Amino acid sequence: MRRVCEKIVEGILTCSGFVTSVAVLLIVVFLFAEAMGLFNKKVVEEGYVLAVNKANPVRRLSALQIKEVFDGEITNWKELGGPDVGVTVFRLEDITAYFSEEELGDEYERAPRCVSRVVAGHPGIIAFVPARFVEKDFPGRLLDDECVSFGEVFAGKEWFPTATPAPLFGFLPLVAGTLWVGFFAILFALPFGLSVAVYMSEVAGRRTRGFLKPVIELLSGIPSVVYGFFGLIVVVPLLQRVFGLPVGETGLAGSVVLAVMALPTMITVAEDAMRNCPRAMREASLALGATRWQTIYKVVIPYSVSGIASGVVLGVGRAIGETMAVLMVTGNAAVIPSTLLEPLRTIPATIAAELGEAPSGGVHYEALFLLGVVLFFITMLINLGVEYISSKTGRSK
Amino acid sequence: MRQDIFPLQQGGRKRRSQWLAFGVFGLMSYSIVFILFAILGFIIYKGIGVVSWEFLTTAPADGMTGGGVWPAIVGTFYLMAGSALFAFPVGVMSGIYMNEYAPKGWLVRFIRMMTNNLGGIPSVVFGLFGMALFVKYLGFGDSILSGSLTLGLLCVPLVIRTTEESLKAIPDSFREGSRALGATKLQTIWHVVLPMGMPNVITGLILALGRVSGETAPILFTCAAYFLPRLPRSVLDQCMALPYHLYVVSTSGTDMDSQLPLAYGTALVLILIVLVVNLSAHALRRYFSNKVKTN
Repeated sequence: MRRVCEKIVEGILTCSGFVTSVAVLLIVVFLFAEAMGLFNKKVVEEGYVLAVNKANPVRRLSALQIKEVFDGEITNWKELGGPDVGVTVFRLEDITAYFSEEELGDEYERAPRCVSRVVAGHPGIIAFVPARFVEKDFPGRLLDDECVSFGEVFAGKEWFPTATPAPLFGFLPLVAGTLWVGFFAILFALPFGLSVAVYMSEVAGRRTRGFLKPVIELLSGIPSVVYGFFGLIVVVPLLQRVFGLPVGETGLAGSVVLAVMALPTMITVAEDAMRNCPRAMREASLALGATRWQTIYKVVIPYSVSGIASGVVLGVGRAIGETMAVLMVTGNAAVIPSTLLEPLRTIPATIAAELGEAPSGGVHYEALFLLGVVLFFITMLINLGVEYISSKTGRSK
Repeated sequence: MRQDIFPLQQGGRKRRSQWLAFGVFGLMSYSIVFILFAILGFIIYKGIGVVSWEFLTTAPADGMTGGGVWPAIVGTFYLMAGSALFAFPVGVMSGIYMNEYAPKGWLVRFIRMMTNNLGGIPSVVFGLFGMALFVKYLGFGDSILSGSLTLGLLCVPLVIRTTEESLKAIPDSFREGSRALGATKLQTIWHVVLPMGMPNVITGLILALGRVSGETAPILFTCAAYFLPRLPRSVLDQCMALPYHLYVVSTSGTDMDSQLPLAYGTALVLILIVLVVNLSAHALRRYFSNKVKTN
């Protein structure tokens, strides 16, 4: 009886041992399940069609072209490979400019007829109308309904998830923003992190270390939203004044806040690595007449370089995945950044800011999940990198 | 080569460069201390005037421009308790399996890699996952249940790691002694290994709780409510939470002048919770380590 009980408990323990693996697997499955619908979705909003005049030879437009046409940036069909005719944009709201209420009918019951007449009557028209307003013997031609393409998403330079008639889901500005902020955060954090790690493991006495250790633990314990709040209230106005900027919410503010947030991870891991340097090596170096500083940078640091590297990479991971603080201080403009002094937007901030408004199961929603997948794989790569670095040291010891 | 590593220099120059380097390192270290105290000091200084008994015990009023944070405090504690209920048993059992049962080799390496991976996933991805699995697929809706499960999953890797580490620190001789007396493996774990590792395990659990109390991104889509006039009545209700409340009060809203004091107050309460949790973990660790020594 006791045997059986013990076996059962062992079974439960074994199962729970795999809980993290299962969780990672589930995360992959669910993120993909929600995201992959994106590439089956049509470019044009569901239930709507784009119609042109029969004489117009243009058969298909990319999402970007559609947006430019409806924003009035493209005004001639020539630019789209068509005839030299001006583009007339027609949305359903515009119908009252063409027809009186009488002609439309009380409940718009004659609207389909009117749409047909408008499309037939204007050679340069592009009409964005509900599919149910298209008659059976429609005199115009419907543009080919295309699915969101892989290239447009991953190489697209514009992120306009709520644009009508065709939302744009270019990931480039978000990916660039994430890497940009992460890169500068690490650049700022690196000198601090390494100095503190060296100081704590090599220079500081027991008491100083006993004081610094909790300080760093506390720094990592402060919630990210508090960092964001502090950044918003203190760092942002400060930078705005120092650099004389129109808005203080910039990539720089994000990098500064992220640098502070990435520090504890970096310091803890790097310090651990340096403390693992064998005493004998240090003593040998000191016995040969080297000073403590020479011992540190000729013996201790080269010995623990892979540990230090893991610390830095983990810090990068923390910086890239950070959500709330970045959301609050970077200004969230989805543009590909060129300087640090302008607003930018990161992947996590985009997800956090927009998922609440995106209708569940819609294109926007799926695009945000796809962003989640991208973020997941970036951090996964970083983690595997750390794993690889630390496994190498394990062997060389 | 040896010449290169230890150049024959004047002792004075060597000493000067060491003095310089150590000076810079010390300065950098204390500037980090300064950063911490600047953040804490600023929030305490600005928030202390706002936090009163009334602030702690009333609900927000007048469209987030007045009142207190009581529902948010309650919500945060519900979420902490809920995620603890899920993460602690799972994490501790998983840690026990890793250290005591799993055959050393590729399997343990694989599980550890997965655990590290899970620990490195950004919190907002947990939020997405929680929304897809708990809120939509399992149909829990926006609720304390969904939020707690998501947060619990987030801190499982932390719990596993601390459990594994504290069990690893127990010398094998204790296990061998117990086995030699005829105890089974499970009895050994239950009566010898776990009691000895408990202090560190519990400290780790408390630190994980501290992390949970401050997370915002995972509960954005799984649980957090902008404003609720009453306290949640069941695990399937939404709840308010301090970190989300701070985010809302400090970023959205029309009347910044009257909202800002509330934001300072909320930040102070949140920081105090985190401080208390962290300090109690440290105190506990010290208390237990003294106890073990005197025995």
